[in-house]
Amino acid sequence: MNKHLKMDRPATERFLDETAQNVLGTPMDRPDGPAKAAGQATYAHEWQIEGLCHGVLVRATIPAGRVARIDADAVTGRDGVLRVISDPRMLRVPAQGGANEAPDQGPDEVAYLGQPIALVVAETFEAARDGALALPVEYDPADFTVDPDAVEPEVPKKKQASQGDLEAAMREAAHSVDVTYTTPGHNSAAMEPHAAIAVWNGDDLLLRGSYQMLKYNRNELADAVGIDPAHVRILSPYVGGGFGSKLGITHEAVAAALASKELGRPVSVTLSRQQVFETTMRRSETRQRFRLACDAEGRMTAVGHEVLVSQLPGQQFSEPVTQATPFAYAGPNRVIGHRIARVNRTCAGSVRAPGEAVGITAMENAMDELAEAAGIDPVQFRILNIPEKDPTSGKPFSSHTLERALREGAERFGWSERRAPGQRREGDWLIGMGMASAIRVNILAEAKARVTLEPDGRVLVETDMTDIGTGTYSILTQVASETLGVSTDRVRVRLGDTDLPPGPGSGGSWGAASSGSAVYLAARAVRDRIAEAMGADEVTLKDGHAIAGNRRVDLAGLFDGPVTAEGHVEPGKTMKETRQSSFGAYFCEVAVNAVTGETRVRRMHGTFAAGRILNAKTASSQCLGGMTFGIGMALTEELLHDPRDGHIVNRDLAEYHLPVNADVPQIDVVLLEERDDYASPIQAKGIGELGICGAAGAVTNAIYNACGVRVRDYPATLDKVLAVLPD
Amino acid sequence: MKRFDYARAADVAEALREGQGDGAAFIAGGTNLLDLMKLRVLTPDRLVDINRLALGGIERDGDGLRIGALVTNSDLAADETVRRDYPVLSRALLAGASGQLRNKATTGGNLLQRTRCYYFYDIAMPCNKRDPGSGCQARGGVTRLHAILGGSDKCIATHPSDMAVAMLALKAEVEVEGTDGARRRVPLDDFYVPPGDTPQVETVLGAGELITAVILPLPAGDRQIYAKVRDRASYAFALVSCAAVIGMDGDRIGHAALAFGGIAPRPWRNAEVDGLLTGQAPSDDLFRRAADLLLADAKGHGGNDFKIPLARRVLIDTLRKATRGDAA
Ligand SMILES: Cc1cc2nc3c(=O)[nH]c(=O)nc-3n(C[C@H](O)[C@H](O)[C@H](O)COP(=O)(O)OP(=O)(O)OC[C@H]3O[C@@H](n4cnc5c(N)ncnc54)[C@H](O)[C@@H]3O)c2cc1C
Repeated sequence: MNKHLKMDRPATERFLDETAQNVLGTPMDRPDGPAKAAGQATYAHEWQIEGLCHGVLVRATIPAGRVARIDADAVTGRDGVLRVISDPRMLRVPAQGGANEAPDQGPDEVAYLGQPIALVVAETFEAARDGALALPVEYDPADFTVDPDAVEPEVPKKKQASQGDLEAAMREAAHSVDVTYTTPGHNSAAMEPHAAIAVWNGDDLLLRGSYQMLKYNRNELADAVGIDPAHVRILSPYVGGGFGSKLGITHEAVAAALASKELGRPVSVTLSRQQVFETTMRRSETRQRFRLACDAEGRMTAVGHEVLVSQLPGQQFSEPVTQATPFAYAGPNRVIGHRIARVNRTCAGSVRAPGEAVGITAMENAMDELAEAAGIDPVQFRILNIPEKDPTSGKPFSSHTLERALREGAERFGWSERRAPGQRREGDWLIGMGMASAIRVNILAEAKARVTLEPDGRVLVETDMTDIGTGTYSILTQVASETLGVSTDRVRVRLGDTDLPPGPGSGGSWGAASSGSAVYLAARAVRDRIAEAMGADEVTLKDGHAIAGNRRVDLAGLFDGPVTAEGHVEPGKTMKETRQSSFGAYFCEVAVNAVTGETRVRRMHGTFAAGRILNAKTASSQCLGGMTFGIGMALTEELLHDPRDGHIVNRDLAEYHLPVNADVPQIDVVLLEERDDYASPIQAKGIGELGICGAAGAVTNAIYNACGVRVRDYPATLDKVLAVLPD
Repeated sequence: MKRFDYARAADVAEALREGQGDGAAFIAGGTNLLDLMKLRVLTPDRLVDINRLALGGIERDGDGLRIGALVTNSDLAADETVRRDYPVLSRALLAGASGQLRNKATTGGNLLQRTRCYYFYDIAMPCNKRDPGSGCQARGGVTRLHAILGGSDKCIATHPSDMAVAMLALKAEVEVEGTDGARRRVPLDDFYVPPGDTPQVETVLGAGELITAVILPLPAGDRQIYAKVRDRASYAFALVSCAAVIGMDGDRIGHAALAFGGIAPRPWRNAEVDGLLTGQAPSDDLFRRAADLLLADAKGHGGNDFKIPLARRVLIDTLRKATRGDAA
C-alpha cells in the first residue's frame, strides 16, 4: 500500500491547503533542539565504544609526487601507537556529491600538499596525533603547477554555448559593460569537523559518520573498501553542518573502516580543523568576464558570461559558475564560456551553493554597473529585464517571483532613500546602499520515506535523509502531522540510517521538497487506509481523530496493528518542460571607513520565495545563514594559497575569516507566499541555498554606493577599498 | 601530544626552580602555548604551571600601577583605575581575541605570545623562528600578516599583541625575576629584541626567568586612543594598530607617545616620531611628517604593501583625533 508519484504533470491538487491540522508552515521549534542544546544528541565522533582506538591522518608535505618510503617503525610502539596504515584503498580526494562510487584512491600518489597519505592509529588520540606529526616520510617529488592563471586551461566543448551575435550586440548597444570579477576559494567550514567511527561485526561494517547523502555514501564506502554495499550500514542522525563538504564520503570514513578491519577494533578518525581546510572540498576560485549590453531604454540585448575555474587534473567536477546565467535575465545575444585550469591544489567540489553563490553574486555586480551606465535604478533595471520565459531554452518558468521580491523587498528596506554614490557620511563612515537578486535553480530528487501509524495513534516517519542543521526533523514532522491530522508531539522522525528507505540526501537545496514529498505521499497512503477503515471516501483528520460524516473516531485504536506505507517521489516531465528556480532580493546598507577602508554591514534585508514554506522558522534561518555567509564572501572569506606550492596557508578559523557576530548586523528575512505546482507534489521548492546566491553582491554594490569604489576582486578587504579612497 | 612532565608550582621560588633547564616552559592561561604544543610547534619536556603563584592583583605603585603577571586580560580591561587613567590599555585589551580567551589569557602570557605567521604554525614549512637555520618561507609566500618595519632577512613575522602596544605607549616596565631570585625591571621598549640573525630569540628574558609584573607609570597624557584595523569586526589580529598617549600643553603637544602593532616583529615605537611631535602645534603637515618619519624605512613584501599607506592614514587620523580632543 505504497504511493509512487512521478512529476509528469503539475500538482494542481492543493491538498495541504485544505487539511485541518494547520501546523505546516508554522514556525515550529525543532524537535531535536532540546537534545542538541543539552548535549544529548550524540554526534559521530562522540560515541563511547568499548575498545575504541584513534586514528589521525598523515598529510603529504609536497604538492606532487610519490610517497617513496614511510618509516612506520619510527613511531610504532611509542606511547601506544599501534600501527601505521597506508593502504591503496585509502582516498586521495573526497567523493563528489552523488558520485555513488569510490573517488580516486591510492594515497601514495600525491596530487596536492595536504593530501592524506597514511593513518597512524594509537590507543589515545594524543598519541596518534603526535605520531602522525612525527612520522618520517620520504618522497619522489614530481613536477607540478599551482597557479590557475599560469596554465593553458581546458575548454570543454559541452560547457560552451552561444546564441545570436554577442559581439555585434555589444558594438551596437546604447550601454554596455565589459568587466571581469574574481572570487577566491572558499571552504565549507562546517562547525563539526569530518568524523567517523568504524566497527566491524564479521563481514558487516557499521560506520557512524557525518555525511549528507547516505544512499550514495554507502555505495561510495563499499566500493572504496571493496565489499558489497549490503554489508555497509552508515548512521548519521546528527550532522553539525555540511555545506557541501559532506556530500560524498571523505578520507576518514575509508581510513577508519580499513584500520578497524586490520586491527580488529573500533577505530575513530576525525579530521583536524587544518585537515578540513586542506583535504575536504574547496570551492574553486573564479575569474568571470561579463559582457552585458542594453538599449537606450535599458532592455538588455547581450549577456556574456565567461569563466575560468580550477581543479585537480583528472577530476570531473568543475564549479558550475554559469548555472543560472541562461535564464537570469533577458537578452537575445548570449555567450557562455567555461574553462578549467588544472592545478595541484586541494580538490575542488561543492561548497555552499556551487554555481550561483559566486556566479549570481558577480553577475549582480555587473548588472549594477550596467544599470548605472544606463542611468536606471538598479531595482527597476532588473525588473525591466526579467524574461517572460527562459531566454535560452524557450521553456516557461514554473513560477517566477523575482519582480515581487524586488518590489516588496525594496519597499520594506526603504530603498527609495538611496542616494548617488559617495553622498552620505556619518563621522568617519561613508554610508551606502546596495541590492542584488537571489537566483537558485530548483531540483526535485528521487526520494523514499516510510510512514507508520502505530495502533496507539502515534506516527513514525523513517528515511535515510539527513538533518545537517537545516531542520529536516522539523519539516518532516510537520508534513506528517499535517497530512495525518496528529499533533506534532505524536510524530517521531528517524533519520540518517542507511537501513531506512533512501531519501535524496541534503544537498543542492532539494532535501526539504523532495523528502517532504515522499513523506507526504506515504502519509496520503496511510490516510487512504484510514478512510477505508471509516468506510468513507473523504475524511477530515485533526488532533488524532478521523471525522467522516457525523462520526469522529480516535486514531488510537482504529487499527489493531501498525499501518505502514512507503512514499516514493521521482522527478518527471515537469522538470524538463519548465524552467524551475527559486528567487529573492537582497538589500543592504554598509558603512565604509573613510580612514581605513574597513566595511561594516549595518543592516540587511532579504525577501525570498521558494514555493510552499514548510516551516517559517527553519526556512528563514536558512536564509539568515546564507546571508551571513554572503557577508563573509563579500568582506572576509578567502582561501590563501601559497604561490609556490599551492598549499592553503590559512588553515584555521583564526585566519580563515568567517564572519563573527560583530560582523553580522540585524538581518531580516521575509518569505513570500507561493505555490509551485510544477516543482513538487507539495508545491515546495528549494530554499536552503537561496540566501547566499547573490548576497555578497548586495554588499559590494553598497560599498560602491558608499564610496564610489568598485571592488571587482572578492573579498572586499580594506586594502582594496583603501587603494582607491581619497587621502 | 609529545609526553611532558607537569609541575604545579606553589610559589615563585618553586616555579623558578622547576623552570630551569632547556625543555621547561611556564604555563599561564595556556591559550597560546597549548595551541602550539598540539601542532608540535613547541615541544616542551616540562610544563611548570604558574597559576597558583601569588602574581594576581592590580595595586598602586607610587604614582603608577603594578599589574601582577597573572592578572587576566578580562580583569585588567575591566579594572576601574585602568579604565579611568589608562583607557588606551583597556581599549587595546578589549580589541583583542574574544571574551573566552581574555578570561584565560594573562598579562605575562600576552607579552610573550608568539607570532601568528602561517609558516611558523606549520611544521612542514621551514621557519627560522621555529627551527633556526631552516629558512624563512614567509618571504615569497603569503605575507598579509607580516612586518613592514624591523624585520630581517631571516624573519618578517609580526608580534600579534594588542595589549603590549598600549603598554609601550604608556611606557610600561616589565618586572622579571631571575633564577638567582633577584628582581629587575626592564622598560618594555627594551624588552623585545630585533629578529636579526636569531629570530628565535624574542625578548631579553633569560632561560627560566619569570615575568612577575608589569608596572605602569602615571600616564603622561590624558588623551589616549587605541585604533585597531583588522580584517573583521572582532576576533582578528591587527593589520595595523596605533596606541597614542598625548598630553596637550595649551595649543601645543606637550607629550606624545605612539606605539604600533601589526607592522613589526615587536610592538613598534620610534622615539624620533614622538620627539618630532613634542612641543609642536598640531597640524596635518606635522602629522604627515611624523608619518614620513615612522615609515621612512618601511618595506612591503607584496601581500602586506598596503600596510604602509594604511599605517600612514591611521597615524594621521589618530593624531588628529587625539589633538582635537576626540579621545576619551
Ligand atoms: C583565536 C585567537 C585570537 C586571538 N586574538 C588576539 C588579538 O586579537 N589580540 C591579541 O593581543 N591577542 C590575541 N590572542 C592571543 C592571546 O592574547 C594570547 O594567547 C594570550 O594573551 C596568551 O596568554 P596566556 O596566559 O594564555 O599565555 P600562555 O599560553 O600560558 O603562555 C604564552 C607564553 O608565555 C609564557 N609565559 C606565560 N606567563 C609567563 C610568565 N609570567 N613569565 C614567563 N613566561 C610566561 C609561556 O611559557 C608561553 O611561552 C588570540 C588568541 C587566539 C587563540
